[in-house]
Amino acid sequence: MKRSTIDLWVGIFVAIGIAAVTFLALKVANLTPQSSDSTYTLYADFDNIGGLKVKAPVKSSGVVVGRVSAVTLDTKRYVAHVALTLDNRYRFSRDTSAEILTAGLLGEQYVGLTQGGDDVNLKAGDTLAITSSALVLEQLIGKFMTSFGEKGGDSHAASAAK
Amino acid sequence: MLETLLFPFRHIGHLTVNAIWRLGFACRFLFAVLKASGQCFTRFGLVVREMYFAGVLSLIIIIVSGLFVGMVLGLQGYNTLARFGSSDALGALVALSLLRELGPVLAALLFASRSGSAMTAEIGLMKATEQLDAMAVMAVDPLARVVAPRFWAGILSMPVLAALFNVMGILGGYLVGVVMIGLDSGTYWSQMNNSVDLHFDVVNGLIKSLVFGIAVTLIAVFEGYDATPTAAGVSSATTRTVVTSALVILALDFILTAFMF
Repeated sequence: MKRSTIDLWVGIFVAIGIAAVTFLALKVANLTPQSSDSTYTLYADFDNIGGLKVKAPVKSSGVVVGRVSAVTLDTKRYVAHVALTLDNRYRFSRDTSAEILTAGLLGEQYVGLTQGGDDVNLKAGDTLAITSSALVLEQLIGKFMTSFGEKGGDSHAASAAK
Repeated sequence: MLETLLFPFRHIGHLTVNAIWRLGFACRFLFAVLKASGQCFTRFGLVVREMYFAGVLSLIIIIVSGLFVGMVLGLQGYNTLARFGSSDALGALVALSLLRELGPVLAALLFASRSGSAMTAEIGLMKATEQLDAMAVMAVDPLARVVAPRFWAGILSMPVLAALFNVMGILGGYLVGVVMIGLDSGTYWSQMNNSVDLHFDVVNGLIKSLVFGIAVTLIAVFEGYDATPTAAGVSSATTRTVVTSALVILALDFILTAFMF
């Protein structure tokens, strides 16, 4: 086999290797910013986002309409400031509410949007007014335990009978 | 009477001494190859030529096996994850198991059986037909001309093949999970992005494959150079290459995983 042919093939081989590593770095480990042509951004403030992570889906009626693009802490009011990058095709009215939901009992957390009745739609950069926080299981258990404890000793026998 | 009693012990002792002697010989061989490697970098064409045989010709087997391993991971992973209602995590499962373990290990096993055995057979046959001696007579160092280029070609090819294996596996998982079963494509990638870290997972996996590359190629060229110069000797050396490489890869993988993760 000719020397130049071998050089060519090894060149292709190395190029494939570099492409593979780049793919792993960019697509799998994700180092790229998203394209901003076909999306617009809304903001929502939550008291508690639980385990919501960047890149978590934003769903409306169960349909994925966008992704969480950034989560920051608003240091003036101490609430979580979440940026939602939504698909341009989907527009939501001004009184749309956002809540943080969990897929299944142990599944990933996502943002659910519920369309309101207002005629005017939200523009890019607007902030959602109505939000409800994530359900944090530990806090829920904590509340349950305190209310359970407050009942005192007399209900002890009843709970033991259960 | 005493002689027959002592025979098993003598046999065990002989095997032990022999094994340690070969280990030491392999170590000294490694240093000799490294010392003779200078020519590889002044005449890089030699390494490129060997990379063609070791790396480029392994592309097909790596691509096809990577794709199938990824598809199997997708199927099995989906079946198990679906029972816990977390089939969304399929992307993370496929990517992490490939990047951390399966990619480097399986690519190295394939590389050992595809290219390592070929190197051993080639060098062994050169020795059996006295080509290496002929080179030495002509004042050409066979270590520098024959062994070192193959050694470096193997080391350079291995991470490329492992990275390609990972990519094909992830695409295979995508094919089964998203195209065939119908999971959300965005969730597949976003779950993967959430859980894969560039340094921790991707770079560590590549370091693993580099270490496997060094081990496999050293075993291959050593077994070839050390082969008994007969037809049977070359054949048993080739077998030893594949068996030893496989064991060394799996043992090294355990050690590296214990250190890395």
